[in-house]
Amino acid sequence: MLEAPPGVGNGVAVSGTAAGLALAVFGASAVEMVEALTIVLAAAVARGTRSALEGAAAAIGVLAVLVAGLGLPVLAYVPLAAVRVVVGMLLLVLGMSWLRKAVLRAAGHRPQRDEDAVFSRTVGELGGATGDEVRPRARLRETLRAPRDAAGFAVAFKGVLLEGLEVVLIVVTLGTSSRDLGLAAAAAGAAALVVAAAGLLVARQLSGVPENALKLGVGVMLTSFGVFWLGEGTGVRWPGGDAALPVLVALFAGLVGLLVALLRPSAPARRAA
Amino acid sequence: MSAFRTRADAEAVTRPPAPGRPGRVLRSVGRFWWNFLVGDTPELFVGVLAVLGALLGLRGDPAVQGGVLLGAVVALLAGSTWRGRARG
Repeated sequence: MLEAPPGVGNGVAVSGTAAGLALAVFGASAVEMVEALTIVLAAAVARGTRSALEGAAAAIGVLAVLVAGLGLPVLAYVPLAAVRVVVGMLLLVLGMSWLRKAVLRAAGHRPQRDEDAVFSRTVGELGGATGDEVRPRARLRETLRAPRDAAGFAVAFKGVLLEGLEVVLIVVTLGTSSRDLGLAAAAAGAAALVVAAAGLLVARQLSGVPENALKLGVGVMLTSFGVFWLGEGTGVRWPGGDAALPVLVALFAGLVGLLVALLRPSAPARRAA
Repeated sequence: MSAFRTRADAEAVTRPPAPGRPGRVLRSVGRFWWNFLVGDTPELFVGVLAVLGALLGLRGDPAVQGGVLLGAVVALLAGSTWRGRARG
């Protein structure tokens, strides 16, 4: 029989955890979807909007099946403690790797991710020209009647699938450990819709999004959830139960700030100056 | 004198046969998990495994477990980030 997660019946603690869960999944999904959008837009510019959109839609379908196919059996059959140990470990590895990269970028030890450069490179590889434009206001009938292009479909499919696989992992891990797979999936879906809508409105890659700041925030949350669930799964009883989560978030946010401050003076640009 | 006209011909013969479709799918899945778990920061994955081992060894003392877990994760993150800094 599956045991109930801690905090059940404590309305404030449960809704706080749910809010944290939704925020972490939304943020992580938004970061990955911005990167996927760049690839889909590049495929649309170089090889045609129809095939790019069809490739993206096919990948999203596969990802939705993966979430249901992985998450539902775990919820139904795997003991909660085992779920939390595995989930905690996965979240720690993912969260710390995001934090490491984001801290090094914030401190100037790594270049920032450049969506414009990724866009130009992808368009070039597909044989297009970056002067071409996406015309989102072109009539829907024109788009649907355009000939299909296998390369455009494949690039958009692969780009959305690869970026989306990390989202699937985050949705399944956070959703199953919190026993709220529906909320996690909804948060990821909302992020995908927001990014897609923003992409359609501006009709170009979202290079203005503060991706590194988002990764810092999401990395702190994933690492905090990872520590929390790994502890819960191995017998740690956190003081205050779910209320320990915001404390962990504050701790890791402080550590990140300290690391950035310590690393900044030795950044290459500063040394060259 | 080589039996092969070009280096590519020689390599094509000595290269193992390309895997069939199931093999390619398995290799892609394996490559995804390797990049996800290990990537260019193997110390994070190994460190998390070591933390799990320590936690299981300390079962029965939740207070010490919590302290070890927190301390180990802080040390792991700080150490890995310090290791990744650009060196002049």
